[in-house]
Amino acid sequence: GPGAGPGRGRRSLGRWPGPGRAPISDAPPRPRSKHVLTEDIVHREVTPDQKLLSRRLLTKTNRMPRWAERFFPANVAHSVYILEDSIVDPQNQTMTTFTWNINHARLMVVEERCVYCVNPENSGWTEVQREAWISSSLFGISRAVQEFGLARFKSNVTKSTKGFEYALARIQGEAPSKTLVETAKQATEKAKETALAATEKAKDLASKAATKKQQYM
Amino acid sequence: MNSVGEACTELKREYDQCFNRWFAEKFLKGESAGDPCVQLFKRYQLCVQKAIKEKDIPIEGLEFMGPSKGKAENSS
Repeated sequence: GPGAGPGRGRRSLGRWPGPGRAPISDAPPRPRSKHVLTEDIVHREVTPDQKLLSRRLLTKTNRMPRWAERFFPANVAHSVYILEDSIVDPQNQTMTTFTWNINHARLMVVEERCVYCVNPENSGWTEVQREAWISSSLFGISRAVQEFGLARFKSNVTKSTKGFEYALARIQGEAPSKTLVETAKQATEKAKETALAATEKAKDLASKAATKKQQYM
Repeated sequence: MNSVGEACTELKREYDQCFNRWFAEKFLKGESAGDPCVQLFKRYQLCVQKAIKEKDIPIEGLEFMGPSKGKAENSS
């Protein structure tokens, strides 16, 4: 659905564990956040072209702001489940990860792709290229609320205009001695309280009524 | 780090240790022939997949890297 993104960023990390280097003890990189409750590998394979594919399932605490807890009470009790798919390609010295939440999806989906590779300027360094996408059906709801509000407003303006036309017709019927200019003045004052469209309509009607009156006479 | 299945944490740790060693000493050096962790992985997976089903965690039928395929590659 509609959303914001991608946000992009690039930064250098530590060293790629090339041949002969002491390996970093956690590889691929693991989250160190205290909000991660569990971590599991749920799929792993080595492809014929020697790439390592892994799927990791993480559960994280659901930290919603207080106002969101009020609006989305059903979401409060549930941890967030996140999948991280990764491809490690040691021959090209790259690693790509793609991470997204698989629950709370109706509320918001946050997706992130990271590509880790050897920095071409300094081959000792790992470079990370990060892109993120945030999407929410709430953006769609906000749009729907806007359109509903506008449709309601237009409908109310039409109702006021019709109401005004009826009032004008009655005024003309009950007091034929009143000049049309006076009638139009009264109507205009009333219309000022409603939308500008109603005012324009009043002017238009007044001139049409003048034409008709001339025809009667 | 714990497993999502409380009973699986020990199996997970054993597998992780085996994997990390193989990953750093073999795989990254281009020697991926023979995975010494197959048995440990099977035991761990039996446990964790059961826990995932019990907790109704919706990981079924999701294509690998699936959602990323719709995203344009970053051009730099």
